[in-house]
Amino acid sequence: MESRRNPRAVVDPKVRQVGFFTSSQPESSSTQPHQQQTDPISASASASSPPVSTISPSGNSLSPVMIPPPRLNSSDTFPLRGAAAGASSAVSPSSFSYSNRRDFPDGSTTASPGRHSRGSFVKSSTPVASSLPGIGMDSMAAAKSSSVPASGLTTVSVATMPPGLAEKASGMEVQSDQKKNSKPLKEKTTKAERRAIQEAQRAAKAAAKADGGKVPPGTSASVASTSVKAAKPAKPSTQKNEVAVAAGVTEKKGGPSEKDRKKDAPHPRMQYDDESRVVKAKRRAVVKQTEAKNRVELFRHLPQYEHGTQLPDLEAKFFQLDPMHPAVYKVGLQYLSGDISGGNARCIAMLQAFQEVVKDYSTPPEKNLNRDMTAKISSYVSFLIECRPLSISMGNAIRFVKNRIAKLPITLSESEAKAALQSDIERFINDKIIGADMVIVKHAVTKIRDGDVLLTYGSPTAVEMILLHAHELKKKFRVLVVDSRPKLEGQLLLRRLIKRGISCTYTHINAISYIMHEVTKVFLGASSVLSNGTVYSRVGTACVAMVASAFRVPVLVCCEAYKFHERVQLDSICSNELGDPNAISKVHGREDINYLDGLTNNANLQFLNLMYDATPSDYISMIITDYGMVPPTSVPVIVREYQKEHLLV
Amino acid sequence: MPDVQSMVAEFVNKLRKRKIEGSQATAKCTVELLRSVISHQRVPHANQAAALIDAVKAVGQQLVAANPVELAVGNVVRRVLHIIREEDLSLTTAAMAGLDLLDASDDDDIDNCKGIGYPAMSAAVVAAAARSTLRPPSLQTLLEGTPESATVPYTSSSGADSESKTADKSSLTRKLKHDVIEGVNQLIQEISGCHEQIAEQAIEHIHQNEVILTLGSSRTVLEFLCAAKEKKRSFRVFVAEGAPRYQGHLLAKELVARGLQTTVITDSAVFAMISRVNMVIIGAHAVMANGGVIGPVGVNMAALAAKKHAVPFVVLAGSHKLCPLYPHNPEVLLNELRSPSELLDFGEFSDCLDFGAGSGSLQVVNPTFDYVPPNLVSLFITDTGGHNPSYMYRLIADYYSADDLVM
Repeated sequence: MESRRNPRAVVDPKVRQVGFFTSSQPESSSTQPHQQQTDPISASASASSPPVSTISPSGNSLSPVMIPPPRLNSSDTFPLRGAAAGASSAVSPSSFSYSNRRDFPDGSTTASPGRHSRGSFVKSSTPVASSLPGIGMDSMAAAKSSSVPASGLTTVSVATMPPGLAEKASGMEVQSDQKKNSKPLKEKTTKAERRAIQEAQRAAKAAAKADGGKVPPGTSASVASTSVKAAKPAKPSTQKNEVAVAAGVTEKKGGPSEKDRKKDAPHPRMQYDDESRVVKAKRRAVVKQTEAKNRVELFRHLPQYEHGTQLPDLEAKFFQLDPMHPAVYKVGLQYLSGDISGGNARCIAMLQAFQEVVKDYSTPPEKNLNRDMTAKISSYVSFLIECRPLSISMGNAIRFVKNRIAKLPITLSESEAKAALQSDIERFINDKIIGADMVIVKHAVTKIRDGDVLLTYGSPTAVEMILLHAHELKKKFRVLVVDSRPKLEGQLLLRRLIKRGISCTYTHINAISYIMHEVTKVFLGASSVLSNGTVYSRVGTACVAMVASAFRVPVLVCCEAYKFHERVQLDSICSNELGDPNAISKVHGREDINYLDGLTNNANLQFLNLMYDATPSDYISMIITDYGMVPPTSVPVIVREYQKEHLLV
Repeated sequence: MPDVQSMVAEFVNKLRKRKIEGSQATAKCTVELLRSVISHQRVPHANQAAALIDAVKAVGQQLVAANPVELAVGNVVRRVLHIIREEDLSLTTAAMAGLDLLDASDDDDIDNCKGIGYPAMSAAVVAAAARSTLRPPSLQTLLEGTPESATVPYTSSSGADSESKTADKSSLTRKLKHDVIEGVNQLIQEISGCHEQIAEQAIEHIHQNEVILTLGSSRTVLEFLCAAKEKKRSFRVFVAEGAPRYQGHLLAKELVARGLQTTVITDSAVFAMISRVNMVIIGAHAVMANGGVIGPVGVNMAALAAKKHAVPFVVLAGSHKLCPLYPHNPEVLLNELRSPSELLDFGEFSDCLDFGAGSGSLQVVNPTFDYVPPNLVSLFITDTGGHNPSYMYRLIADYYSADDLVM
């Protein structure tokens, strides 16, 4: 199907829709893809589309998915949209780009042309804005290399950074944290109290650190100072650049799964079989993790910790943890205990915690807001990672937040900057998560017909919304809820669906081939969609998709576009998350199943509780996202074309 | 007789209530029951084989009706019938050979075939027919086939006169029953010994450092893996836990007790892990004549995943699991739905269900078996060796006679 459409995308530039659009939309709407929809998300989506559309005539988009309309006269359509975008937020994208151009008289164009052909669009304001992330990254990388001037340096990445330097960078980070904390803070009194208590604890911590065989405080300070010096050459260029340095440095510390892309390739995640790095990470760790005794050999590269031990420890530490904001702390504990699960819920909780952080934030004296806040966010993120590895969607959201912080114009006052950030985060939640779900529901409901038997697996929020909406539309259908151990999330979904009056059938994943005969469509959720079309989702999704495709049942994956990621993955082994192994040996609610009770410490017996798996793209008929309904082959296009504007919202 | 009847009734009851689990146990019980049926069966002097067959069939029908899903019962009944027919045939051929030598009349045979119900046909016709159905078509039998059929009219015309009973008659009767019971005993031994025979082949299929995935709890698989372990092969076993019965836990426990490196995974992780697995080994519940397999629930998923990743999917099956029937819609017809309480607690959803019209209905599906089509199976390992799925029909034909396929 793609091969058929491929030439069309080139020959006929008037095709304006992304992928499969709902047939219910009138033909006239194809010229203005989203504008006829009334809800705010689609409006924002359309508002954000022009940068892309102006790119497409430049010839770099011979993509299978149809890119939104190439606007030949973008100059006259844009101001309108720019104004619309500006109205919705305190800071409009155009104002960013202007300020940045002022900061980078030459750098803005020299840094990017190697990568993007959009560099040629300097004339209009938006393309510059869209190429900004690239600039930011590149200058970050340049600053990190620290011996070369910032301009035009695009090749250095963290991956190739010498280890010594990385150490220095992290050392500097730690140091700056401490410095910041030692300064009196103009914060709420309650917080100050907390800080005061923690001040005392910090000395103990430092002593413990020295005990641990790390660099003694004095030397670490010197290391930090040298690294600051090393970073200095970057300073004279611009203020902006310095922010980028901070961002880059903290990025380094930020942890495995959350990385900005310095170059096009995503960074390698932390491999837990790399002992030196694990030791290093452990020293920084807030959460005390005890390593599982019986680790699965195949998954040595993933963190395998004893579960259930950290929570009381952390709770006890509540008043000692110095730099942690209570909102972040709370979210972290909720991750740890499993109270918040599900990609969207976790992401929203994290963003809301960050909003709190921003609200309570005040710049320490002699510090730069952008830089210090990025550092703070990074330390929070590493705390959250310790609680539970980040999902890819959270990584994307963090990337967004950091980007916004880095791009705050220095002309803004602190309160303005905070307000802008808060509204940005709010907008991300509303547009990219909640709004995206509404668009997905709108698309997906058109695929449900009377008499359908829909199968879903686990408890995907998007699918639940689709089913409930379809039920409200008085469509007659039946739902098969397939569930799997150990989480049994399907039971929760089942309960909610039944309460709303939807007829359901419940079964477990082993019975999937028995039940698949009657199914007409399979709706699945996703934790992430990777750019090779692989759907990274709750473990078992691949099984369901495989059996469905073996029975010739269409598989529809519902996933918000903010969860798309440029990473590629072929199997479920290289990157995954391991759950609590004890959840496998104990069967909840079945006391008769106790065969493995005494064996949990047997060296010959391991329990593997995988959390995710990767579904190959050939099992997936369609991915429903807020940009429309696309085949899995079109994912890289969406990632490429829309990820950049993501950062700008 | 009455005690046999009560034994049969008791066994039927057990089958109905699914008290006996596992095809091997069922098969063994069935054979033992049939053996006592045969030994208690009073055989008339005339058509002893037919009487035995009728008795076994009558019991067999009851047993099969009691649990039609447990195909091993039917298989074993057919095997016993086959044994009776074969013993009878070998006796008649021996007798015929003796008679041919003596050039005497073959009245016994005539009695026999009259009893069976082919009065117009001679023993030789029956024998030839039986032979052609029972024996695999070797080149010799193919060549011999024509002269035999050519001799049929001759023998039939020659030996239709005498009706007298000879002295060796009673000894012959006793011999048949004795032979049959001997054969049934062999069958029992074969069923109970099938694990060892299958396990013997393990060393040929498992190499060092192999990663094997299995699911369900099959004693055959356990013995198979342990046999390889005893031969100093070190390998790793992934066991899918097999919700909602968690037979995988049971298997894992026993594997660990025997010192194998075992990793228990959730059923949902089968696809994720299959790419690192070298071989999938499962024990079958039954093997159909087309090479399809009925196994514990979830097997089809594993087979599809194995196919996708080109991982060999090996099925271990003792000969009592070979079913001579061709399946039609086996996922539904040869399946059994177990209690929903294994999936959902009984009271758990009662609060959302009793709203009356406003609430949706809830069904819980909990099947026991899964059907794997033959194209997903790489290899069958039976006690007679390894076989392709496409060969199963022929292998099965060796064990059963065509007359018994429909009981």
